[in-house]
Amino acid sequence: MFNQKDISIVLSGEAGQGIQTAESLLLRLFKLSGLHVFSYSEFMSRIRGGNNSTEIRVSPERVNSFCGRIDVFVSLHEGAMERHYDRISRNTVIIGDPAHIHDRFRDGDHTLVEFPLRETARLVGGPIYANIIIAGIFAALFAMDISFVKEQLRRFFTKATEEMLSKNIAAAEKGFSLGKDLFLARGIEFKLSRADQVKGELLLNGADAVGMGGLAGGCNFVSSYPMSPSTEVLVFFAQHGEEFGVVVEQAEDEICAINMALGSWYAGGRAMVTTSGGGFALMVEALSLAGSHESPLVIHLGQRPGPATGLPTRTEQGDLLFALFAGHGEFPRVIFAPGSFEEGFRLTQRAFYIADKYQVPVIVLTDQYFIDSNYNLPDIEVERGLERNHIVKTSADYLRYKLTGSGISPRGIPGHGQGIVCALSDEHTEGGFITEDFSVRTSMVNKRWAKMAAMEHEILPPRLYGPENYRYLLIGWGSTLNVIREALAMCGRDDTAFLHFTQIYPLHKEAAPLVSKAGKKILIENNATAQLGAVLKLYAGIDVDSKILKYNGMPFMLEEIVEVINKLS
Amino acid sequence: MSSQFDFEHPVDIAWCPGCGNYSIVEAIKKAFDELAISRENLVMVSGIGQAAKAPHYIKVSFFDGLHGRSLPAATAIKASNPGLTVIVESGDGCTYGEGGNHFLTAIRRNTDITNIVHNNMVYGLTKGQASPTSRRGFKTPVQVAGVYLEPFNPIAVAVALNASFVARAFSGDIDKTKDIIKKAVTHKGYALIDVFQPCVSFNRINTFKWYKENSYYLDDSYDPYDRNEAFRKAVETEKFPLGVIYINKENPTFEENLSVYKQNKEPLFKRSVDYQKLEQLMEEKRK
Repeated sequence: MFNQKDISIVLSGEAGQGIQTAESLLLRLFKLSGLHVFSYSEFMSRIRGGNNSTEIRVSPERVNSFCGRIDVFVSLHEGAMERHYDRISRNTVIIGDPAHIHDRFRDGDHTLVEFPLRETARLVGGPIYANIIIAGIFAALFAMDISFVKEQLRRFFTKATEEMLSKNIAAAEKGFSLGKDLFLARGIEFKLSRADQVKGELLLNGADAVGMGGLAGGCNFVSSYPMSPSTEVLVFFAQHGEEFGVVVEQAEDEICAINMALGSWYAGGRAMVTTSGGGFALMVEALSLAGSHESPLVIHLGQRPGPATGLPTRTEQGDLLFALFAGHGEFPRVIFAPGSFEEGFRLTQRAFYIADKYQVPVIVLTDQYFIDSNYNLPDIEVERGLERNHIVKTSADYLRYKLTGSGISPRGIPGHGQGIVCALSDEHTEGGFITEDFSVRTSMVNKRWAKMAAMEHEILPPRLYGPENYRYLLIGWGSTLNVIREALAMCGRDDTAFLHFTQIYPLHKEAAPLVSKAGKKILIENNATAQLGAVLKLYAGIDVDSKILKYNGMPFMLEEIVEVINKLS
Repeated sequence: MSSQFDFEHPVDIAWCPGCGNYSIVEAIKKAFDELAISRENLVMVSGIGQAAKAPHYIKVSFFDGLHGRSLPAATAIKASNPGLTVIVESGDGCTYGEGGNHFLTAIRRNTDITNIVHNNMVYGLTKGQASPTSRRGFKTPVQVAGVYLEPFNPIAVAVALNASFVARAFSGDIDKTKDIIKKAVTHKGYALIDVFQPCVSFNRINTFKWYKENSYYLDDSYDPYDRNEAFRKAVETEKFPLGVIYINKENPTFEENLSVYKQNKEPLFKRSVDYQKLEQLMEEKRK
């Protein structure tokens, strides 16, 4: 009964109901049975109650973006439908306990599959098993083998007691038979073609991508203060710290976190902080210290909507200009904004390489949508050798800020050579001692900015998707990559291309000609003020023709971008 | 006597003649020399203020960062290379005011560092406002009616947090200050030394003479391992006790708690990426 090539499932319930467990399990079941998957969770900033939901897309073809359409809606509590009324259509199959389905959908036009989910879960062992019953239903609907499901449950619940595991298996079996009885009998099933090669693909979330990229970049020190959505990256390092030799410390505040990171680099560590807008605001003074010390530094900034606490668990691309201009005084920096998980990996790895080589802070900008999405991807080939420490053994006459043509002074560390390594916040001489000499000041400013010219050949150009000759050009950055790419492919227009920026600053010189040759330039950003537009104007002298901006706290839906493209004329 | 921590060339010092800072720097250099600390493995960390300039006048590697933020930097320096001797030196404003939360947490974290705090009960660099340790009634161009805040008591706070080593010194006595510094540096764990010092330009109340008259040295019978006794001493303000007030050797240091040094003692800069483990982690993400 479904003609879409992919199926979009939404599980909706309260915080504390274990929706994320169901999401993780279903993603694994789908992928390991040879189907492409994508998921995105949106949740309220609360531990219990409210409404949380996760969207899971399942497809025979690669999918990695959020869509508005809901093919199957699973309602797990009485208020679960309210926030999704406008996305539930007459084509949506609604599943749930009768107590959880709103009467407005009992109009005869909607497909309801009601069954006593609460009672069924209670009989299995308690309300928490509702999720596994649902997972069992989907296993049946997607024609999985029950023995495969049971095997995966054993692998999934490794920390569960035998009793809990057997209850989970009983719940899945119950769901599986319910799926056959309730749905297949009504002709509801999803026969998607599978591909064996998908089974062995990587299944990641954004935090995995950033975390593994950090490890590949040689990250061995992470100090941070928890803040959504960036905490997931801190958790990643805490989970893998011992195995990979990473010092991981929860700092007393973000100010401590970033000053620790600077101390670590000074002593030969390769440090990173992970934070969100409010935490980054507290770090700004030390960002400027990195400028004065000429210290390498890697900052993962997972954006969420502000101002102030804003929408703490939701998404926005609202801190681009903040990241660009944060910090008193003038000093060079680099800003990356990955769109895909592969870019998340590569750019975090590259952040360490650039930070170390040019002795500058590097900011990796992601957002809640990026961090809290999951999807499968074929592989990430790890580039080796990028983590080489650009550290010198000092001689007795070592000068930390020695003037060089490139602006890069060989970086010594204490405990490695005979020299003294003096890092100073005040303006300083080549040796790192305080000075108010006007000509030394001018030389030091010039030296710091010379590094921008030195790194010019390493600036990443924006990437063009679609036809080389385009009349219409969509322009975006960071996490909107996949949704715009998918929409572009769906529309199949030969006059429309998409230019995606992964390095925002310094801006590649190809940006201006690539944008300028478009007849009409359409900027798409997940914020209210078109911040990339401001960057393009400032650094490339470009004006765009129209701006598609979304700032309600949710990411762009595929259909929204498709509509933009279809309307181009 | 010359020190290996003296510069070969004359140094332009920014302090007023007669400032207590000179004596503290001298005591520090003497302590380093007597302990035969290797300069190559020594780092001083400071913040902002007149006291924070002290490392500039000692021939040593230093990380001079932001106001109030020296303790986080020092913690990470020690954690990134535990072979380094790390000394934090800054003033009462930097350590107890701007960096108050870091002070509290540094004590709890118990990194093996020495924290020397110049306590002159006034802000010198900004020309004479109240500091966290200024006494009640102390008048300044900003505290025009006199200070009405309860003075911060770093010794009592440190004992309350079960600090590893808590001492107080007086810059007027270089030899005794040096001895306390030596004990603090050789002590394993976080060591606080609050050093009384006069500010000759901006504090006409708490002068050299005042500190001399308002302090006394603990005698040999005092037991610094007795926490209750340490509390009693910590709250004495009629005359302030000098010397090692409290020692607690029970808690492991921050570095000892770090899993990365359990098997491998190498500092971070000598390590490299384990690509094989990374590939294994990726394999896990396929299953």
